[in-house]
Amino acid sequence: MLNISGIHEGYVLDHIKAGMSMEIYKYLKLGEMDWPVAIIKNAKSNKMGKKDIIKIECPVEKVDLDILGFLDDKITVNIIKDDAIVEKKRLHLPEKVTNVIQCKNPRCITSIEQGLNQVFILTDPEKKVYRCKYCEEQRKLRF
Amino acid sequence: MRHLISPLDLSVEELDDLLELAKDIEKNPKKYAHACDGMKLATCFYEPSTRTRLSFESAMLSLGGSVLGFAGADSSSAAKGESVADTMAVISCYADICAIRHPKEGAALVATTKAKIPVINAGDGGHQHPTQTLTDLLTISSLKGRLDNLTIGLCGDLKFGRTVHSLINALIRYSNVKFVLISPEELKIPDYIREEVLDKNNIEYVELERLEEALPDLDLLYMTRVQKERFFNEEDYVRMKDFYILTSEKMKLAREDMLVLHPLPRVNEIAVEVDDDPRAVYFKQAQYGVYVRMALILTLLKWRDEVC
Repeated sequence: MLNISGIHEGYVLDHIKAGMSMEIYKYLKLGEMDWPVAIIKNAKSNKMGKKDIIKIECPVEKVDLDILGFLDDKITVNIIKDDAIVEKKRLHLPEKVTNVIQCKNPRCITSIEQGLNQVFILTDPEKKVYRCKYCEEQRKLRF
Repeated sequence: MRHLISPLDLSVEELDDLLELAKDIEKNPKKYAHACDGMKLATCFYEPSTRTRLSFESAMLSLGGSVLGFAGADSSSAAKGESVADTMAVISCYADICAIRHPKEGAALVATTKAKIPVINAGDGGHQHPTQTLTDLLTISSLKGRLDNLTIGLCGDLKFGRTVHSLINALIRYSNVKFVLISPEELKIPDYIREEVLDKNNIEYVELERLEEALPDLDLLYMTRVQKERFFNEEDYVRMKDFYILTSEKMKLAREDMLVLHPLPRVNEIAVEVDDDPRAVYFKQAQYGVYVRMALILTLLKWRDEVC
């Protein structure tokens, strides 16, 4: 049994698809932050068989949950305050994501224009399709 | 202030008004000969174009205005590395309205971010070409008398052909429009047009490879050129370029009132002999392109002034 100490304030991201925690870590830019972060890989899960978990000790509201919703809306977000879970947040697909992923279309203006945000718009919530705001190229990144 | 980046930027009512204005311009050109006296159109063309640029220039000159601009990225500050947004901020100080063509998709939308004048997308890579769509709609509306109840064959490069994508987007807003999509496997309509435009709106369409099979059922045949500049690979282009050639012989399969449209330039996809067929209206279409651009310039300037 693996023991990771509890956190006083922050997030526990649970039910991450096994093996995807480092991707989440990268997209949340946790490496750039000065917060204690614990990554648990391949933990046992009754629901998923195996899962990853990320614990982040940080002031709440500091993690961009919109990005998380875009990456995988099946992740459970537990918000911790005073050593206890105060909220289990449901993720949703954000209408727009900015500077999370880049457009891969070599013909897109984002490939040459300086200072231009990479913006993707949710065009089909049912099929979870996002398109570049500029060239409308589809981009799938979801796990 | 309004811009025209996609054909869908105009509502059906606004589009109808614009087409009516274009028809009035065609009938009474003198009435509009000084409508833009003292105004300037900037034509910012980052890639080669003959007819689109000249039709914009012709439109503004016919309205009494004047024209300035550049006709290639090499002759603009883009060669020095200036962004599209910055260039447009500067052009806004020199002109009242701007038409931009750029090889990169989405460039016209970026141009609007710093523009203080109405921006018209004159083609952004393989993405949108709304003024060609307006031209096509005016041609169809003028010569067919309607934009609904039509079976339209779209033939050739349906993958990279921006005129085709824009036209489909515009026409699905009218009732009982059916499409026959004629292309080789490699140049089929992109999935997002098929799924998010045609399927999503329950539009009737069929996909065929043989032009001859489609011809008897069509009210309109919209031919397109296989565009060399859209291919990264010369070999693929050479393989595709002669796939469809419309000849007088094939025209015998078509109805007597079927119209043949083409955004031009034509390379070899329509044999020269077809030009004499009264159903071939692609050169008339180029004339309609001037009228509709006149109407568009007037409309966008009117909207700008209303806001001011």
